[in-house]
Amino acid sequence: MRIILHIWRQRNAAEKGSMVRYEVPNVSEHMSFLEMLDVLNEDLVAKGEDPVAFDHDCREGICGMCGCMVNGVAHGPLPGTTLCQLHMRHFKDGDELYLEPWRARAFPVVKDLVVDRSAFDRIIAAGGFISASTGSAPDGNAIPVPKENADRSMDAAACIGCGACVAMCPNASASLFTAAKIAHLGLLPQGHPERQQRVVAMVAQARQELFGSCTNIGECEAVCPKEIKLSVIALMNREFLAAKWTGRAGVAED
Amino acid sequence: MELDSKCPTGPIETRWDRHRFNLKLMNPANKRKHTIIVVGTGLAGGSAAASLAELGYNVKCFCFQDSPRRAHSIAAQGGINAAKNYHNDGDSVYRLFYDTVKGGDFRSRESNVYRLAQISLNIIDQCVAQGVPFAREYSGYLDNRSFGGAQVSRTFYARGQTGQQLLLGAYQALERQIGAGQVEMFPRTEMLDLIVVDGRARGIVTRNLITGKIESHLAETVVLGTGGYGNVYYLSTNAKGCNATAIWRAYKRGALFGNPCFTQIHPTCIPVSGEYQSKLTLMSESLRNDGRVWVPLAKGDVRPAAKIPENERDYFLERRYPSFGNLVPRDVASRNAKMVCDEGRGVGESGLAVYLDFSDAIQRLGAPVIKERYGNLFDMYQRITGEDPYKVPMRIFPAIHYTMGGLWVDYNLMSTIPGLYVIGEANFSDHGANRLGASALMQGLADGYFVLPNTINDYIASAKLEKIDDSHPAVKETEAQTAGITMRLLEIKGTRSVDSFHRDLGKLMWEYCGMSRTAEGLQHALSKIPEMREQFWHDVKVLGAGEELNQSLEKAGRVADFFELAELMCLDALARNESCGGHFREEYQTAEGEAARDDDHYSYAAAWEFRGVGIPPTLHKEPLSFEYVHPAQRSYK
Repeated sequence: MRIILHIWRQRNAAEKGSMVRYEVPNVSEHMSFLEMLDVLNEDLVAKGEDPVAFDHDCREGICGMCGCMVNGVAHGPLPGTTLCQLHMRHFKDGDELYLEPWRARAFPVVKDLVVDRSAFDRIIAAGGFISASTGSAPDGNAIPVPKENADRSMDAAACIGCGACVAMCPNASASLFTAAKIAHLGLLPQGHPERQQRVVAMVAQARQELFGSCTNIGECEAVCPKEIKLSVIALMNREFLAAKWTGRAGVAED
Repeated sequence: MELDSKCPTGPIETRWDRHRFNLKLMNPANKRKHTIIVVGTGLAGGSAAASLAELGYNVKCFCFQDSPRRAHSIAAQGGINAAKNYHNDGDSVYRLFYDTVKGGDFRSRESNVYRLAQISLNIIDQCVAQGVPFAREYSGYLDNRSFGGAQVSRTFYARGQTGQQLLLGAYQALERQIGAGQVEMFPRTEMLDLIVVDGRARGIVTRNLITGKIESHLAETVVLGTGGYGNVYYLSTNAKGCNATAIWRAYKRGALFGNPCFTQIHPTCIPVSGEYQSKLTLMSESLRNDGRVWVPLAKGDVRPAAKIPENERDYFLERRYPSFGNLVPRDVASRNAKMVCDEGRGVGESGLAVYLDFSDAIQRLGAPVIKERYGNLFDMYQRITGEDPYKVPMRIFPAIHYTMGGLWVDYNLMSTIPGLYVIGEANFSDHGANRLGASALMQGLADGYFVLPNTINDYIASAKLEKIDDSHPAVKETEAQTAGITMRLLEIKGTRSVDSFHRDLGKLMWEYCGMSRTAEGLQHALSKIPEMREQFWHDVKVLGAGEELNQSLEKAGRVADFFELAELMCLDALARNESCGGHFREEYQTAEGEAARDDDHYSYAAAWEFRGVGIPPTLHKEPLSFEYVHPAQRSYK
């Protein structure tokens, strides 16, 4: 099939960008979306044009490196799917697709479809961990964890840090990302000792990175490739209130 | 060159303890005066960087991805082994040690493997404490599953995303140290060369992938945790960015390369669908716990699976290996799949696939149980192929997955360049000629959390290192060479893309240095590779400039190194006139078609020394001795 693409081209962070039209004539239904972009790039190289820069690595939906807006939807039309796992059988001959980089002030464009998501790393560095230095651990079975908690923790821990939630949110809020980590760690007994500092520090960092606030719109949940539930944000808010109420947060007053 | 493995002797149970006691320690106050460079942030690199920083060292950590959380360890699905014997099914440290030495087809060091089995216990404890959400039973205790090559349940898992969860544990520990200022992190920064001063590793030259700036970073020691080189085959289960450049440049600076031909083919991957294919996707080996592998009995039977009655199916693994059945190790499963396809009994459009069928398991356990165990894998399969594996059997075919070979290291994980440590898949230790499932995660974390932080002190405490800075001639020279290569790639302005060269190299390697090899085929490959490399350096087309984000240029540098590494792999495969583990030479097989080892002549680790471009490398041999597990033909019948 033939696919028409309009792709955001921007040389670097300083220069202005614009949409450029391309055609990819021989797209197979078995190709992944990124393989279609590979084919386009091979063609561009052959013509002596600069290939489209896009982030990608594992191409099996787990590293979280790929992603762009496809017709205004983060990672494209298929729910629960990263761009690399989206296959062309979900499109039809002659489709016209608009590809843009993640849209958020906290994710500045680096080049074409590549953005800088290092703000996510700084949110984790602020408190998204359990301070268990190597060697200090008791036996793995010393503290039983109710299966239901372990399962819910795992649901939240499945986050791949791709940034689709931020890109889709009208407020460019990082709430789903931040809350997923808070839920992952807070639902485990191992994460309890630091839960109050954690939530306060991470929320403060997210604000400092200029991510917006959550207004319960739910676009993030709708595009999350790992289907992280909106309920983690409610859990984060409860943890945050509890930490503020008891005043034992200890660090990072905002 | 005398290869000193520094392996302790005496009773194997106490070797690591005694060795550790004999290593020099470093006063905590002195640790902060030292800087360690860690390249790579996967399970090995990430856990090492975090643990070294916790000890008080200053760490500079590098990765080519946009965040340390992206390293390809994240894609490991099935699980991590540990000899906890939580299930009372007869497991022990000794049994894990035994299984791993046997599984590696007697081409690994007993001392290393025993230490790995011992440390496996600490790894699980550490990961649980970090908040890795391992699967639990209703009691709240940790759940286990069984895995290829073992008859006990010792594999800990977090759904089908064990690698992701373990990596996030290490990543979070690393971020904690970054936040504390103990680690300086350099994402989107690729190591392009090693700086060696007076015979010791003292730093690296990097390229900032955003600005293109070539820079030097200096330290007391350099640690490489840069993963394997499976992408030499173009199509593999590795991430697109995985590359051998860091270890290859270290090899060219004097580090010996161990067992380059030992590559692992994973039996359960989604088959290739077309020429545009950019990578292969693995389906976790844990699927073989409940899935049954079969092909039609008759050649050229093109009926859909459901139309083929039970008595016209050949469950070839269960038939040939009654005691291990579908759980035989990876090399055996892969070779058997190739064999039935070569007989013309493969399935699917290409005939290069076998069925992995869950209908019995679904009938026995119900679809919800299967969904709980493998839900995400089934979803992934459906997404890629458009078929529903709850209804029709999966089609699978082997693909390159892991490289047991890597830079040669001693028991302390130090390469033959003093001060250069190599950890995880990037080194050659522990797995011999074949790695058992769920052991890569174990080795990466063992190296990074527990081995390296104990052994590296010894070197730093005893090495007398002079202070150097960026103006040192060795630094300037290495920088200039790196910049020269970049410049040369940009100036070729040929006609063919980097990918087209890479794809050709991959096909050649898969054909002649893949699942089975012959002397004739390897010689053919050895005559073709220099030709292709020559063409690459004359005709590759890399657009753009060096001082910007330039993904073609990044790829070109990596592929240039693959062309050289490919040659070494073929040389090693040709020099090893036996079959063992993942290295199957057609000339050397038993009457039943199993790998025939030659312990009298090849019970050694091959360590290759670079002697200059165009000059054949020198082969050094580290003899292997087996005091505990006595070499026998591996039998999974």
